[in-house]
Amino acid sequence: MTRPDADADGSALPVPPSTGFAALVSHGDVRELRGPLLVAGGIEGVGWDEFATIDMDGGERRHGLVLEIDHDLATVQVLESTDGMSLGGIRIRFEGRPLHIPVGAGWLGRVCNGRGEPLDGGPPIAGTATLPVSGWPLNPVYREPPQEPVLTGISVVDGLTTLVRGQKLPIFSVPGLPHLTLATQIAAQATSGGRSFRVVFAAMGLTHADIAYVRDRLEERSAGGELVLLLNAADDPVIERILTPRIALTIAEHLAYAEDHDVLVIMSDMTSYAEAVREVSAARREIPARRGYPGYLYSDLATLYERCGRAKGHHGSVTIVPVVTMPAGDITHPVPDLTGYITEGQIVLAPGIAARGIYPPVDVLSSLSRLMRSGAGENRTREDHLDVAAQVLAAMARARQATELAELIGAGALSETDRSYIQYRTSVEKGLFNQGRDENRTLDDTLDRAWEALSALPENELTMVSTAFLKRYLPARDDRS
Amino acid sequence: MVRVSGPLVEIEGGGSLSMLELLAVGPRRISAETVAVAGTRATLQAYEYTGGLKAGDVAAPTGGELSGLMGPGLLGGVFDGLMRPLSTAPMWLAPGRAGSAEEQTVVAREWTFRPEAATGNTVYAGGILGTVPDSGSVVHRVLVPPGFSGRIDWLAPEGRVHALDPVAVVGGRAVALSEQCPVRRPRPFLSRHTGSVPLHTGQRVLDLLFPVARGAAAAVPGGFGTGKTMMLQQIAKWSDADVIVYVGCGERGNEMADVLHGLSELDDGRTGGKLIDRTVIIANTSNMPMMAREASIFTGITVAEYYRDMGYDVVVIADSTSRWAEALREFANRNGDLPAEEGYPANLASQLASFYERAGRVTTLGGKTASVTVIGAVSPPGGDMTEPVTTDTQRFVRSLWTLDRDLAYSRHYPAVSWTGSFARDGETIGAWHAGNGDPGWILRRSRALALLAESDRLAELTEIIGLTSLPGRERITLMGGRLLREGVLMQNALSVNDGFCSAEKGAALLDLVFDVVDACQGLVERGVAATTIEQSDFGPVLRAREETPPSDAAAVRARSSEVLQRLVALQ
Ligand SMILES: Nc1ncnc2c1ncn2[C@@H]1O[C@H](COP(=O)(O)OP(=O)(O)O)[C@@H](O)[C@H]1O
Ligand SMILES: [Mg+2]
Repeated sequence: MTRPDADADGSALPVPPSTGFAALVSHGDVRELRGPLLVAGGIEGVGWDEFATIDMDGGERRHGLVLEIDHDLATVQVLESTDGMSLGGIRIRFEGRPLHIPVGAGWLGRVCNGRGEPLDGGPPIAGTATLPVSGWPLNPVYREPPQEPVLTGISVVDGLTTLVRGQKLPIFSVPGLPHLTLATQIAAQATSGGRSFRVVFAAMGLTHADIAYVRDRLEERSAGGELVLLLNAADDPVIERILTPRIALTIAEHLAYAEDHDVLVIMSDMTSYAEAVREVSAARREIPARRGYPGYLYSDLATLYERCGRAKGHHGSVTIVPVVTMPAGDITHPVPDLTGYITEGQIVLAPGIAARGIYPPVDVLSSLSRLMRSGAGENRTREDHLDVAAQVLAAMARARQATELAELIGAGALSETDRSYIQYRTSVEKGLFNQGRDENRTLDDTLDRAWEALSALPENELTMVSTAFLKRYLPARDDRS
Repeated sequence: MVRVSGPLVEIEGGGSLSMLELLAVGPRRISAETVAVAGTRATLQAYEYTGGLKAGDVAAPTGGELSGLMGPGLLGGVFDGLMRPLSTAPMWLAPGRAGSAEEQTVVAREWTFRPEAATGNTVYAGGILGTVPDSGSVVHRVLVPPGFSGRIDWLAPEGRVHALDPVAVVGGRAVALSEQCPVRRPRPFLSRHTGSVPLHTGQRVLDLLFPVARGAAAAVPGGFGTGKTMMLQQIAKWSDADVIVYVGCGERGNEMADVLHGLSELDDGRTGGKLIDRTVIIANTSNMPMMAREASIFTGITVAEYYRDMGYDVVVIADSTSRWAEALREFANRNGDLPAEEGYPANLASQLASFYERAGRVTTLGGKTASVTVIGAVSPPGGDMTEPVTTDTQRFVRSLWTLDRDLAYSRHYPAVSWTGSFARDGETIGAWHAGNGDPGWILRRSRALALLAESDRLAELTEIIGLTSLPGRERITLMGGRLLREGVLMQNALSVNDGFCSAEKGAALLDLVFDVVDACQGLVERGVAATTIEQSDFGPVLRAREETPPSDAAAVRARSSEVLQRLVALQ
């Protein structure tokens, strides 16, 4: 095996192991079909984790991965499901290696299904090399701590939970909220300070209406050759979803580390992905950990999310924004819970805020970007950024208390300060948080809006910003003494 | 080989294998360990990606157990769970990398050996043979390994040696500079010590309220984002141990980069070097092979014992033990073991014990007093503190630092819950403080815990009856609780002044709060309205931790008299 992607400093992109996998083997002896699993018998020389192509009588072709080798039996997970299969009339070809895909700029501007096959009428994707979709772990010693912001043009994100190049920052939501709109807006607007920026959008289990929306909204970026779309629809094979994010990340890693782009990977919806993992696990009769999800879900999700980052000696980066819908809004559900344990913060959407007509309906107090302190502030965004963000949040916490108090004892009984906090909440939600779905704000605009909102408060309440910043940025107010 | 399912490999028809024996499996010779033997069948746990392994592939015994090469060069280094150096590994970690004993960058490196014994002397395991002065920030002592004793037939003269070169012949057997240590067996020592000597962590809420003794075990349970990693990193930076072993067990790669960069930049006040020079990092992140994650915990503690035997106080930090327990579960499930709670194997508790029980303050074989302190993060799913790993861990640790989600969400860091935490050695540590110049420690601690409890009770009451219905005395108590929480317990890890706190400054901050509370109670008794007191400016009390240098107790005391004078004026 050559190392086609070896770059200047000698470190190469993941290459498959050079030995260990057998050559092509073909079989027709299918012993069992169970859920998404197929058990082939009489096999010899087939390795664990090999990719398989399954040809059915009648010409249909499906694909699979070897999950277990037991003597002469191979258990194969069929990506397109086993529906319509019978024990006879199937030929399986084992490819002698795990699933590889072509990588390179050929993906840009293309629209494909969840397995990477074109949906846009174009030819199959041609690449400069092929790589295994599961990738290899990035040596932690090679990691560069994330430092520069990715600006999304969305105030509440850029201002309060700044996304950082190489970060993984999920959107936690509940069904019915505009998380897809937000994720798509981020995909459409994100930039990294004039560097070349690419987006890989992996849709898993989305409705056709949602897919149409995403395609339409990202048309410009796609036409500009900056976007790869991988679309697995709600009625597409469920098991295929296990592959979709891996293909997306393999394309992204190549674009980042071999071609020096900053790559943003959007993965929506990870709950649909996890359901596919659960389905395979159940078919294998594995012992579940919580709520039927297998015990390895944490590690499985980590092998996806940990593929973000920046690496020494490389200019590009991989930033990941997964979307997780929390079943019944429960943040302790295994998918959001394990995601939260792996990712570097979370952006939480809340129905109560959406109900007040605010888009994006981010609950800023439960949201956090753990890397914000290294990606925002002086020399990164603007000198006052971290202070003003801390102040906006602290004031929001106080405003929430004041609002609750007002509901109990009536607004009239509130102190003047508390009333100013209630006024602040309205002005910050309307002026800063609320934004058009196509509106792309500069960071200066965002921070100025934050100051504008803070000016609803008495100046001595603004204890988290330095007096120098107060002087420089706080808008003058006529009624302020 | 007859069966492969992820990390589980079954072999058949082999010769006699012993449990824990290491095998090289398949054409890429990946390492796997024997975990069950039945007749001619054996079950192996593979430490690397098993893709491509086929029925019929060969597994070759290596004759040894899972072990790591211990010697000079560990301090400042980064290794994976199998003790293979990562600093010299390629960017992408494909399987089939060589162990450290075969790794050129390890075996080719030269060290200075300085003999500290004489040919002809009789020595026993743990006795000193020589030192390596050019390795990290502590003196590296080359000891007679466990199991060796007798006459020193030959001792290398002062000079340059490599890791695998012999430096002595003891009782007819050669002793190399570096030692292959099996990681699953505790290294022997002479005896355990009783009595407690505190480990100073530099984190006030721990040192003042929930201290940990050297050689004890502590756990930090908390949901995501509650500050476990931050707290462990602070301890790695600031605790007064000689050597730190930081095990990143199934957590984020970016955090390992953070630890590496952070410690490389910070000065070690005691040696003049950098903190990284007293630290060994074992990094097996969440995306690295799961079974090597399982091994990493034992690798880390074995490294710690290796330095303990040289006479040092060592702290092993494991973030997170839950990810290790998940690796155990994963393998047990694939192996068809009967699950107990939440799929965990029935022996989960004994497995946890086998880790935490390797903590201890001991007399080493060489007669030195030294310790291994174990501090593990626990990541309960859904923040559920009743899940098996959390509840089992609580049984084996001496100190428990439970992180509270509500505190963390209100940005009270470190979010150590004063109701959900404990320090079983609190009293004996108090006795130590009393014998070492701080007889007030015990009283301060009990007063602080009482004040927290009382102000919590009053806060609940206030929610029902309103603040104004409370008598003045209780309003002051309520306010005192707030001063204690915000002025002493909260500690900003990112601040130069506040990130680390000396014992004296911590004591002074507590005294400051108590003095202020006493003064205010005095005012109330003399008829001053609670509202008047509440409205006076306590900023100097709250900001003292941030505005005075990390070890400057005098500056805190100076504030105290200033604030008290202003309060007296309220009368
Ligand atoms: N002592 C502290 N000082 C300041 N910030 C803290 C402190 N502890 C935690 N934090 C904040 O909380 C975030 C999450 O902490 P972390 O230790 O990563 O949580 P966990 O490991 O429990 O998931 C950090 O990114 C930081 O913003
Ligand atoms: Mg953590």
